[in-house]
Amino acid sequence: MLNTLLPILLFAALGLAVLGALRRVNMWRRGRASKVDLIGGLLAMPKRYMVDLHHVVARDKYIANTHVATALGFVLSALLAILVHGFGLHNRLLGYALLLASVLMFVGATFVYLRRRNPPSRLSKGPWMRLPKSLMAFSVSFFLVTLPVAGILPADFGGWLLAALLSVGVLWGVSEMFFGMTWGGPMKHAFAGALHLAWHRRAERFGGGRSTGLKPLDLTDKTAPLGVEKPKDFTWNQLLGFDACVQCGKCEAACPAFAAGQPLNPKKLIQDMVVGLAGGTDAKFAGSPYPGKAIGEHGGNPHQPIVNGLVDAQTLWSCTTCRACVEECPMMIEHVDAIVDMRRHLTLEKGATPNKGAEVLENLIATDNPGGFAPGGRMNWAADLNLPLLSDKKTTDVLFWVGDGAFDMRNQRTLRAFVKVLKAAQVDFAVLGLEERDSGDVARRLGDEATFQLLASRNIQTLAKYSFKRIVTCDPHSFHVLKNEYGAFDGHYLVQHHSTYMAELIDEGALNLGQHKGNSVTYHDPCYLGRYNGEYEAPRQVLRALGIEVKEMQRSGFRSRCCGGGGGAPITDIPGKQRIPDMRMEDIRETGAELVAVGCPQCTAMLEGVVEPRPLIKDIAELVADALLEDAAPAKTPIKRPIQHESAEVH
Amino acid sequence: MTTNVISLVSIGAHPTSGRPRRAEQDARAVELGLQLAGDNLQVLHAGNIAEPTLRAYLGMGLEQLHVLEQPAGADALPVLGDYLRDAGAQVVLTGTQAETGEGSGMLPFLLAEQLGWPLIVGLAQVESIESGVAHVLQALPRGQRRRLKVRLPFLATVDNAAPKPRQSAYGPAQRGELTAHDVQVLEDELFTGAVLQPAKSRPKRLKVIKAKSGADRMKAATAKASGGGGQVLKGVSPEAGAEAILKLLIEEGVVR
Repeated sequence: MLNTLLPILLFAALGLAVLGALRRVNMWRRGRASKVDLIGGLLAMPKRYMVDLHHVVARDKYIANTHVATALGFVLSALLAILVHGFGLHNRLLGYALLLASVLMFVGATFVYLRRRNPPSRLSKGPWMRLPKSLMAFSVSFFLVTLPVAGILPADFGGWLLAALLSVGVLWGVSEMFFGMTWGGPMKHAFAGALHLAWHRRAERFGGGRSTGLKPLDLTDKTAPLGVEKPKDFTWNQLLGFDACVQCGKCEAACPAFAAGQPLNPKKLIQDMVVGLAGGTDAKFAGSPYPGKAIGEHGGNPHQPIVNGLVDAQTLWSCTTCRACVEECPMMIEHVDAIVDMRRHLTLEKGATPNKGAEVLENLIATDNPGGFAPGGRMNWAADLNLPLLSDKKTTDVLFWVGDGAFDMRNQRTLRAFVKVLKAAQVDFAVLGLEERDSGDVARRLGDEATFQLLASRNIQTLAKYSFKRIVTCDPHSFHVLKNEYGAFDGHYLVQHHSTYMAELIDEGALNLGQHKGNSVTYHDPCYLGRYNGEYEAPRQVLRALGIEVKEMQRSGFRSRCCGGGGGAPITDIPGKQRIPDMRMEDIRETGAELVAVGCPQCTAMLEGVVEPRPLIKDIAELVADALLEDAAPAKTPIKRPIQHESAEVH
Repeated sequence: MTTNVISLVSIGAHPTSGRPRRAEQDARAVELGLQLAGDNLQVLHAGNIAEPTLRAYLGMGLEQLHVLEQPAGADALPVLGDYLRDAGAQVVLTGTQAETGEGSGMLPFLLAEQLGWPLIVGLAQVESIESGVAHVLQALPRGQRRRLKVRLPFLATVDNAAPKPRQSAYGPAQRGELTAHDVQVLEDELFTGAVLQPAKSRPKRLKVIKAKSGADRMKAATAKASGGGGQVLKGVSPEAGAEAILKLLIEEGVVR
């Protein structure tokens, strides 16, 4: 009897799975067009899955091994089951292979089950709690029905009762694994995930690459929407990416806004987007809610605005764009892109940037700096330093990009320290002076693509007038934007963070350094230097050169926790239960360090905002400048040519 | 019945950079207008239609901005007056003082005089408009408000007591239309014939601190200005009133 029932069950489930797949594909196709190499992507997919994705998953050895066993066991079992039981190829060898595969899958499923016995809060419950049992049902049923094929048991063993029991087991297994895969069950992650890897919007990320710059909006195309208002305004492969989510909650565990009690949970956000693309409400979501927001009150569909239906605006503005979620995501989903896309709509179409957002954007347009300071005062911090201006020199080795920290008194100390280092190393450098404008980082992350492009194109025009070998900046945000986001507007430069450059100077022996004196030191990785640009080593190298042994925080390197200062978060200032910098300071205190080295004006400002007593905060440039040995400095040769500062007229 | 509301806007200048922007007070006039009339608000500018800053007003969600095309140095007063009368305006809102050009703050007064309409200075809020009469709140120093009843049509200036203008968004700013109107150009001789020179900051009265205690200082800082030597003139003839004002101005050294 099983011999007639099994093929029917298998092919019925497969047929329904194909129908479900077509239905799902049509949902994704509601999204906007996107340039993707369809065939090339599919060909590259197995490698992306087995290498790139596995690298991320392998950070958690337990689940990596579990997944390898389960997934490999399942894929083999499914293929062999179709051959053996579907097409009736009752070959002993195939039978043994199928037995082996189902055992492998069963072992994997057991470990999935163990993980699910007492699941951490980041994992979604609901249908996901059923999955290990379904996996077991599938593997055990196919193991048992294959025993006769392998010749271990007689064909009619067990009689009618066992046959009926096994049919139910197979039905359960194939329903979850084949049918459920395309009709929205937990196994959807395998189907959507595979295609998501094939047609990822940042294919550069695979093979060890890095792609973190935001994608530009084409403002000349009047028909294109300015950002994302409705789910269908995402590109189709973004929608596909949302569908790939396994709800593992790694993003939730890494998200600083979630930890601070702000109404954001990256996992829930992605699931809300899935609700948006398929239509419905979030009532079925079985994970942690947005802090302070109840589940079941939001819903939407592809043609309905997202904000204030599916997601509240506050959720989108809570993000610090620290990319911790993207870094952790084993499915390589792009949360930050989606959030900025939706912010773009709010800012460019609705004029709804919260709190100080509107003021900052207006300031950027009218004064080229977010604080609204008189542009003529941009070089006041260096009034006594006689900095060479690029407009006088025309050509230089190092262009020192000062950044908007020039207006901030705390950051001016960092800038002056770095100038001291540059002078001590006798570097041929210059600054743009009053010609420099804000890089556009904040504007872009607040969703104001128009102002970003305005600032970027003007900066690129200015830079095109001069010749320089590299740009060095103390601000990781300017660094990231100049390096990764100006390229789309034909601004291609060699850009370095000052820690990287100082590491080079030290390597070359250009600096005569003493040792850091006194207190123990930890180092805080800025998101835009670390996760965005992969620079974890240079700052530590510089600190080592000062004789500092860094007391690493538990969350350091690619797992570094954001200071709370990115993505315009201090400007939009969404309330939570605690402040992100306070949590980061707690991380710092745990190391017992008396001083925290930083490499970013935002981090400096956020961490210094934590009430005393707390560890000291010093920029790497300050630490290096303090350790410079004066006696080795060259005989003082004052710069002969008086520098003509542009008249800083203030009206 | 919807009220025909028109807001007048000019090109502003950012206080620190001097770069063109939407004028702060004019933007508030537009905001108040939008709150009053919604999509029926008309916004009017006299000047150069090619000025990109005008789009900053459109970005507040306006579909259209009417521009009475004029070169720099032309007198906006007569053309604005004609337009407002022809358009059947009932409430005209404007900033108190322009941020560029002459910036004398005289335009609303001259316009009201030309049209023969009442003028409210420092409008903070319109409470209601019913059967041709508006109940409005006028802003006075130190957060005080005065409730006024005024017959339509009227002209009102807004200052920083009026609601904060909404954010200007790029999308609507690009889509909004600038509608040009041909008008007769009259040179503003008072402006073009004058010589502009940088303003000197107004001399400040010496502040003699008499307060002995912190509480006194707090009181001095927050209490209502008590005009010690002031007097309230009631029921006097215009001539007597003018004489009293002139006497005060001479005393204060404003008129010599």
